[in-house]
Amino acid sequence: MFQHFIQFVTGAASHALKGSRTYYTWVAFLLCLITYGAWGYAHQYQEGLILTGMRDQVMWGFYIGNFTFMVGVAAAAVVLVIPAYVYHWGPIYEIAIIGELLAISAIVMCLGFVAVDVGRPDRAFHLFPIIGSPNFPRSLLSWDVMVLNMYLILNVAIVSHLLYSAFFGRKPNNNFVVPLVLLSIPAAVSIHTVTAFLYSGLAGRPYWNASILAPRFLASAFCSGPAIILILLQILRKAFGLQIKNEAIWKIAELMAYAIALNLFFLVAEVFKEFYSDTHHLIHTQYLYFGVGEGRGLALYGWTSVVATVIALVLFLVPATRKNFFTLNVGCVLLYIGVYIEKGIGLVIPGLTPDTLGEIYAYTPTAHEVQVAAGIFGLGFLAFTVMIKIAIPVALGQLVYKGDGAGPVSSPDTNDAHGAHVGV
Amino acid sequence: MLTEKPETHSCSGHAGESSPELTDEAAAQKLSMSRRNFMKHSAIVAGAAAAAACSAEDLEKFTTHRLREMTQPEVKALLKRLEADYKKKFKKDVDVRATPAAEGVKFGYALDLSRCIGCRRCVHACVKENNQSRPNPDGDRNNPIQWIKVLEMEKDKGIDLSDANPYYNPEEVPREGHFYMPVQCQQCENPPCVKVCPVQATWKEPDGIVVIDYEWCIGCRYCMVACPYGARRFNWAEPNLPADQVNTNTHVLGNRPRPKGVVEKCTFCIQRTRAGRYPACVEICPVGARKFGNMLDPKSEIRAVLESKRVFILKEDLNTQPKFFYFFGI
Repeated sequence: MFQHFIQFVTGAASHALKGSRTYYTWVAFLLCLITYGAWGYAHQYQEGLILTGMRDQVMWGFYIGNFTFMVGVAAAAVVLVIPAYVYHWGPIYEIAIIGELLAISAIVMCLGFVAVDVGRPDRAFHLFPIIGSPNFPRSLLSWDVMVLNMYLILNVAIVSHLLYSAFFGRKPNNNFVVPLVLLSIPAAVSIHTVTAFLYSGLAGRPYWNASILAPRFLASAFCSGPAIILILLQILRKAFGLQIKNEAIWKIAELMAYAIALNLFFLVAEVFKEFYSDTHHLIHTQYLYFGVGEGRGLALYGWTSVVATVIALVLFLVPATRKNFFTLNVGCVLLYIGVYIEKGIGLVIPGLTPDTLGEIYAYTPTAHEVQVAAGIFGLGFLAFTVMIKIAIPVALGQLVYKGDGAGPVSSPDTNDAHGAHVGV
Repeated sequence: MLTEKPETHSCSGHAGESSPELTDEAAAQKLSMSRRNFMKHSAIVAGAAAAAACSAEDLEKFTTHRLREMTQPEVKALLKRLEADYKKKFKKDVDVRATPAAEGVKFGYALDLSRCIGCRRCVHACVKENNQSRPNPDGDRNNPIQWIKVLEMEKDKGIDLSDANPYYNPEEVPREGHFYMPVQCQQCENPPCVKVCPVQATWKEPDGIVVIDYEWCIGCRYCMVACPYGARRFNWAEPNLPADQVNTNTHVLGNRPRPKGVVEKCTFCIQRTRAGRYPACVEICPVGARKFGNMLDPKSEIRAVLESKRVFILKEDLNTQPKFFYFFGI
């Protein structure tokens, strides 16, 4: 059993190390990005979070914004598995695996963004049961740590089992995988709901303290997650010859159109309530779209988000533009930008500006924050690249354990692992 | 004068004493301070986690619990360790106590907005008393901390936070047509900050003071996000506390010097009030705008204010139930 595992790992690792010039260039680029970010983080570890633009008035910023956005990506990636089952889209396992690998990579980035945001990373273990003292169930942040880690473990378990089985040419154990896949769907919804509750539970922050926040989080997640997946599916079918029908892609785009419409509807509901009731709480929405006092820098982003999302809606709604891959991809990019702003800085910064005593501190991320974030993105992309490089050929049966004639169960000699033939 | 005198329990050890392992610790720290160079930088990139996990100091921290769960001997050991740390750092004896809350005490505070002239003496007395990080003269890594924020408001507009100015700086206070509203931790009975803390590093003591365990806080700042009064401060950099300005009379949950990366706030001067003294801000106020005492004592000054004045609290609709009251005395 253990030897099989070694063979699996060796086979996978040797495959991940081989690749085309493009693959090497891409991986090298990501490694540079990670080093650049790690260097920045080392500096921050020494000097403190003073290197960021955050201060006592706006104590969360770019890091937590990226975290929130990535939770959405992680959630939507797996929920995409449902329509894949319902509509019988071609290689179902492959699509499920892509979704789950994207979810794993997104969670890695989420955890990364939380890790760089805390002032005392050396005490992170305080968050965990037994060794620490999680404030469970009272603190939503405690919930978030729990559900994110569970979701990560769940996805790793599913993907590992599917790939491990495929590598040794066995059928996956459905009694194991199917319940886990089914469990991963409510788990995906839960990670984003808990993240929304983390904000909406705060009575002192009226911009977030709205019951529509959790539904809106889900709606926007169903925009950004699939936007990434659509582009990935196109890249992967070119790179691996994956049999993904155009119809499947168009169907996802159609479902996305509904999600975008719903998301915009929720936005309208919020904007109406804020402007019509015209209370002091309106100032946060004003800060996002028009700026208040000195701080007007966010307005450009606020409008970019709305305009990009509206254009994307049109592109996904009209059949002609939905079925044209150029306009479809433009729509994906616009949607990605729209939701990235909406769930990132467009959520965090206006929620904290003006602060609870009315002061306006115009927060902007520093170059340092961008540097550290780049490193985390690099890490997530690298994780995804390497995992997909191994997973797709395994899932397609191109990368399997062939043993040495005696079948996969033989060879007690550990050195034999190196002798395992890996066909590509 | 305060009518109540909570019993003082001194738990502090000998400040000058330091065990061999503490000396090692300090030596390691000194070494790390002196090697702020390229090599150090690279070393962190390479394996900060691995290196940190192996040091004896970290192992010790890993095995300690929250102050709240510590036994008496463990608290004593912690106080001793802190005192030794401060001795090395500031070259003077810092007395760190862990005086517990007294029975039958619930502290309350009242502030007379009619009297306050906005002089900010309370702000600066608080900084001195509570060992807050001072401004850096050269401005590099400047992280000044003040627990009290005084807001200037226009009499015409009344109490309107959206129009408040915390940065007023006239030749003379009070300015014509203005009044002043100092804001600090409201010591809520139903504190949102305590509810959200993911590691239970902040809690409400039996005498009503909301405290932070600086050895347990992970610096996520969720409590700051949750606080409706902007009362909490974060150590964005290593606090700048010159040795000659250290107040050596400290409480472990209060004004003892803080490390980088943790949250802090007003504790009603826990080191003073649990020893039967007034908070520094009450003592310094030149116009007697600040009133403090035990709300459970019918003869206390705070009870007199609560019973004879019409007081109000900030953001009453949030149900935070502050024990910090405002009133217009005249």
